[in-house]
Amino acid sequence: MEELALNILDIACNSVRAEASLIKIDIAADTVKDVLLISVSDDGKGMSEEFLRTVTDPFATTRTTRKVGMGIPLFKMAAENSDGSFLITSKVGVGTTTKATFALSHIDRMPLGDVAGTVVALIGQAEKADIVLNYSVDGKEYVFDTRRVKEILDGVDINSTEIIVYLKEMIDENITSINGGLII
Amino acid sequence: MKTLAELQAIRDRQKMQMASRSGDDEGKIKVVVGMATCGIAAGARPVLNTIIEEVENRKLTNVQVTQTGCIGMCKLEPLVDVIVPGKEKVTYVHVTPEKARAIVSGHIVNGQVVTEYTVAGEKA
Repeated sequence: MEELALNILDIACNSVRAEASLIKIDIAADTVKDVLLISVSDDGKGMSEEFLRTVTDPFATTRTTRKVGMGIPLFKMAAENSDGSFLITSKVGVGTTTKATFALSHIDRMPLGDVAGTVVALIGQAEKADIVLNYSVDGKEYVFDTRRVKEILDGVDINSTEIIVYLKEMIDENITSINGGLII
Repeated sequence: MKTLAELQAIRDRQKMQMASRSGDDEGKIKVVVGMATCGIAAGARPVLNTIIEEVENRKLTNVQVTQTGCIGMCKLEPLVDVIVPGKEKVTYVHVTPEKARAIVSGHIVNGQVVTEYTVAGEKA
């Protein structure tokens, strides 16, 4: 994966398949502590302790179309390659949280990339789930919540191309403003 | 900066369009982008975003863009299916944003399959 936003999309796809109704994506950069935190949490069906122990193994997957599951191992590797940490917790019937940290200034840390593109791709995939993005840099915060968007849309499909294109630009502009010239 | 307030205007416009148009999805052209780990790692997300933008810029109201998971042809990703009602499904392989634009204008707008980007076309 060339950008962390792609890892986020991939991990959040697992939440969609776990039939989550709410997927929360937290991205927090702290330039003083030199840490980038990325967390994806859902209220999907969760994993058994037994399966949870195996998910960071590339040969563990629930799918039947191929025998390897690379998503979680790739995200873990991206974190560990940049002096970070990786933790996945899950409970059957409650949900799953995947959390990774990265040393912000580490030379091997992948760039964050197109977060807005990831969020709108996820909206297209998650017909039944709502998505909350919490994006912050040094305490400056932007929150995007599809529940609020759907409230405004009042029955109009969020996946109309016009609305998706608009939302992508809106999220992008807000993130750029929060970044304040910083490239994450 | 774009805000949620402006979304209300889009909503009102869309509601008016919905009222004047019969809302059946049956006759629509379907575009399906593969979005599992394999597709995402190979570049499916910018392909999806590009197709959505092209469809919107060209105001193609008869097109539905959706996503699917892994279909077991990982090495050909990004994969894009175009399904025109009454015709056989066409699968495009190793799609890039540039190829996606050509597929929208060639296949979806003008009805001509872009053979060179299909599995058969790549082998030829």
